[in-house]
Amino acid sequence: MNDLQSQNYIRISATTLTPPSARANEAEVAKLIDVSRCIGCKACQAACMEWNDLRQEVGSFEGSYENPADLSPDVWTLMRFNEWENEQGGLEWLIRKDGCMHCEDPGCLKACPAPGAIVQYANGIVDFISANCIGCGYCVKGCPFDIPRISHKDHKSYKCTLCSDRVAVGLEPACVKACPTGAIMFGTKSDMKDWAQERIVDLQSRGFENAGLYDPPGVSGTHVMYVLHHADKPEIYSGLPKDPHISSFVQFWKGLIKPIAIAGVAFTALAGFFHWISTGPNEVQPEDDDHAKELMESGREPK
Amino acid sequence: MSYPRGTIVRHNTFARVNHWITGICFVLLMLSGLAMFHPLFFWLSGLFGGGQWTRAVHPWIGVILMISYLGLIIQFWRDNMPSQDDVRWMQKIDRVLINEEEGVPEVPRFNAGQKFVFWSMALFVPVLFFTGIIIWDYYFSSYTPIEVQRIALLVHSLLAIAAIIVWIIHVYAALWVRGSMRAMTQGYVTPGWAWRHHRKWFRSLVASGSRGPVPGSNRDLGK
Repeated sequence: MNDLQSQNYIRISATTLTPPSARANEAEVAKLIDVSRCIGCKACQAACMEWNDLRQEVGSFEGSYENPADLSPDVWTLMRFNEWENEQGGLEWLIRKDGCMHCEDPGCLKACPAPGAIVQYANGIVDFISANCIGCGYCVKGCPFDIPRISHKDHKSYKCTLCSDRVAVGLEPACVKACPTGAIMFGTKSDMKDWAQERIVDLQSRGFENAGLYDPPGVSGTHVMYVLHHADKPEIYSGLPKDPHISSFVQFWKGLIKPIAIAGVAFTALAGFFHWISTGPNEVQPEDDDHAKELMESGREPK
Repeated sequence: MSYPRGTIVRHNTFARVNHWITGICFVLLMLSGLAMFHPLFFWLSGLFGGGQWTRAVHPWIGVILMISYLGLIIQFWRDNMPSQDDVRWMQKIDRVLINEEEGVPEVPRFNAGQKFVFWSMALFVPVLFFTGIIIWDYYFSSYTPIEVQRIALLVHSLLAIAAIIVWIIHVYAALWVRGSMRAMTQGYVTPGWAWRHHRKWFRSLVASGSRGPVPGSNRDLGK
């Protein structure tokens, strides 16, 4: 997206400073995706393409209802279909709308080396500011959900913006607007949690005893949440991670080693400088020249 | 290249050109790499024309450095083979550091410190190259799982920092030991320098009647 938002930032990638935070008391928003009410019509996909002017190249049939085959720089949301055999031997068709989860603690933002290329607004939306993106792919490594995709055309990273441009002017995201069954809801995060709770109680009363809300604490919660009929097994929904968190390799790389590295480099350079000041250069002395001359005269003349 | 009369050839022209290609690549990689490593250094990306250019050019410079350093390995590995003398020299490092080298074992073409720099880089450069290939998003992102790429990024960063620290030691040693810089720029040293810092090497040159850089070698001498 372009950086034309009226929203305040609460997090900015690759900065050592605290963003202006006095006005960061806005209600956090969330999108709630109730997979039990999804009919797999892909209206959300179409609406996403329409609103964001995305046109994925037409591909070929891969033997799956999934179309296109994967998220891409031009596919920011994708219905994923999985046929799952339950404990009673019955077939369940699990359909999940995949896309950016808008983590409260975003791994992409943590990994990003370009100042201001990834931001989080006060309402919780995580957005990519393309003008600042350098196309390195670090966000891909930081993401616990395998969401960002780097374009080979313009070397920018893309993903769902949660329609930050619509939300900023009081509209719901395009996918929410288009959903014909009300499976995608949008509002404040606390409202969405309340609504999810009603749905979960209903699902439990109808035999889905493990129905629950997917709002993973490993990333401090997300601004896109799912109601799952099998919340104990999120991985059956086309690989939704059970306990997503920012990889410890990324944490270490973006955490401890940065100050240690600077300290190590600075220490070495200062040690050199003060060695120079205290001991000084190692210079050839006249007696070295004399000894050398002696040896050369005793030896063979260099040709 | 012609060297002044009465001097000793330390590094021939090919070695010096090879060294400085490596050196220039290293400095460029360090600047562009630091820009992508820590926000405090992101401004360095301006030297390369901005973040996109920095990201795009860094791996290509890395490829040149890898090839270039292979050239240095081929030319210098023999003279960098460790020996028992290196241990004895290291035990006297306190004398070396205060510029008083009497009683310090005589040094062949390279001392233990130089060998440390050489072998550190001989380890770091290939590992940086291969981890760099793994995280070269444009061409290679689809060849390895994401977890491998995360580990490669971490290893790449850690080794890069280690390499920068070794590089600072290398540069400082060249400034500290007067005459070393000329050895790698103009290629020659004085006999007094050779006697003081690399006596064993000097003796072997005199014994074989060679002007350097290695006994028996009289190529690239000029008049």
